[in-house]
Amino acid sequence: MKSPSTGRRHTVIGVVLTALMLFPVYWMVNVSLTPQQDMRKDPPDLLPLHPTFEGYRAVLDDQLPYLGTSLLIGLGTVALTLVLAAPAGYSLAKLRPRGGGALGLALLIAQMVPGIVMAMGFYGIFLDLGLLNSWWGLIVADSTIAVPFGVMIFTAFMSGIPGELIAASRIDGAGTFRTFWSVVLPVSRNALVTVSLFSFLWAWSDFVFANTLDGGGDLRPITLGIYQYIGNNNQEWNAIMATAVVASVPATVLLVLAQRYVAAGVTAGAVKD
Amino acid sequence: MTIARVDRPRRAPSAAAGAGGADASSLRRRHRRRSRLTALAFVTPLLAYLAAFYVYPLYRNLDLSLRDYTVRSFVAGDAPFSGWHNFRTVLDDPTFGPAMRHTMVFTFVSIAFQYAIGLALAVFFNRHFRLAPTLRALFLIPWLLPLIVSASSWSWMFNSESGVVNYFLHFLGVSPVGWLTSPDWALTSVIVANIWIGIPFNLVILYSGLQNIPAELYEAAALDGASAWQQFRRITFPLLRPVSAITLLLGLVYTLKVFDLIWIMTKGGPGDASSTLATWSYQLGFGTLLPKFGPGAAVGNILILIALVFGLLYIRVQRRQEA
Repeated sequence: MKSPSTGRRHTVIGVVLTALMLFPVYWMVNVSLTPQQDMRKDPPDLLPLHPTFEGYRAVLDDQLPYLGTSLLIGLGTVALTLVLAAPAGYSLAKLRPRGGGALGLALLIAQMVPGIVMAMGFYGIFLDLGLLNSWWGLIVADSTIAVPFGVMIFTAFMSGIPGELIAASRIDGAGTFRTFWSVVLPVSRNALVTVSLFSFLWAWSDFVFANTLDGGGDLRPITLGIYQYIGNNNQEWNAIMATAVVASVPATVLLVLAQRYVAAGVTAGAVKD
Repeated sequence: MTIARVDRPRRAPSAAAGAGGADASSLRRRHRRRSRLTALAFVTPLLAYLAAFYVYPLYRNLDLSLRDYTVRSFVAGDAPFSGWHNFRTVLDDPTFGPAMRHTMVFTFVSIAFQYAIGLALAVFFNRHFRLAPTLRALFLIPWLLPLIVSASSWSWMFNSESGVVNYFLHFLGVSPVGWLTSPDWALTSVIVANIWIGIPFNLVILYSGLQNIPAELYEAAALDGASAWQQFRRITFPLLRPVSAITLLLGLVYTLKVFDLIWIMTKGGPGDASSTLATWSYQLGFGTLLPKFGPGAAVGNILILIALVFGLLYIRVQRRQEA
């Protein structure tokens, strides 16, 4: 029905639109490679004709500890989120606890609470408990972004596991926990990947909690590394943008490796299949 | 409100359990009791977590907004109860009006553009041409990047002297604009950046909604000689209404609470030119050397109330669609 030439025209339009959309990302990379003396050149170089890696050298010199902290906090958040969300999701999907519906509603509402409000509440609590500026306090705070989402993903996914599979495991003499561990979790791989991916990305990207709860600690995440760069030396934009490029690596890697999980996570809860 | 909701699961009667009746054997009853305990055991960590790290922070925030805190009494924890005084202070503050207006403009303008552009792109990508899946995946990048990355990129692009945006405008013969430094443009600038970030979300959800519209409808319409625009108006748009409603409401809830982007790009300034309820709340609590925790928390709670109104509307629409 469609002629090959309209197909090709669509591809061309699509490429142009994508290029437009990704221009800010390209510009970030371009600026990260621009030598400091060309930074305020008029007109700016649209291509990195004289690329320099001084920005990236600054990242290696200044930002490595921040990147390590972000990795630690991201992985910690993933672990905490999975430990809490997977069993709860299983229970809500298959074991029907009392008041499960109300809990589901609470989780939906929890996702609507603005981060700054949580940050302010956490600030008071962490101050009392002496948890300010600690990396694991930040893990706890960051997990609040991901846990409600995680439970909802696990519930939705595990509802689709056939009851016979669980019943068969029961007949073989496995208890509920064993069934959960060696039957339900292995078949829920997709949900595990989606939840891990998003909880890592959100913890890695978090700025509100980091800036509020971890502003003066020894272990600060990369988002604060960038923020302090912007605040301190307004001029070295190649270093700032180089850090931004490096901070974008996890998102890019995950998009390449796990694209379908990303799309699944975005649509989860919003559209039913 | 959230507090009440989270507390309920432990008390609410369950429809599934408790149907045993007196005639059931005690063995079966014991079995059912055990499985109910198991079900509870699997959610108990979550309930404890929600109580400690959702309900309690929200309670602390409410408490903050109802007391007269100073830095000293914040640490000592003996601030006197002041009722609605913080809320009164906030409502009388000359920043309240602009912050409220900016929140609404920021939210609704962002949503309108994100949705319109997202829908246009979704329809476009629904045409299955070569490279379409790859390009669609690339469109997700802005949404996945850490907000501080997007915000600082846009900050530099919007730079008055050396920004690439002004360079392109210069090309078109427009004189340079102080995007982030002029009170007239600061809000527009953060809205532009926010639209850019939100387009992928709208695209993905609307695209998956389009997948559910049967292709035969379009074939029949094409046979009847309907133009592309007529097909969009008479088939796509009406059938996409449920998904659109969900997308818009969810976008509303998310956009109301946007903080990072504005804070990093303008800190709500210059003056109050781009301050929203979210940035103002943070500004009051953490932005100065003399924090005003009480009023800051009060603004935060007002923001929660607004988010909840749209949130409950979202839940209602979603429930009705599932029924």
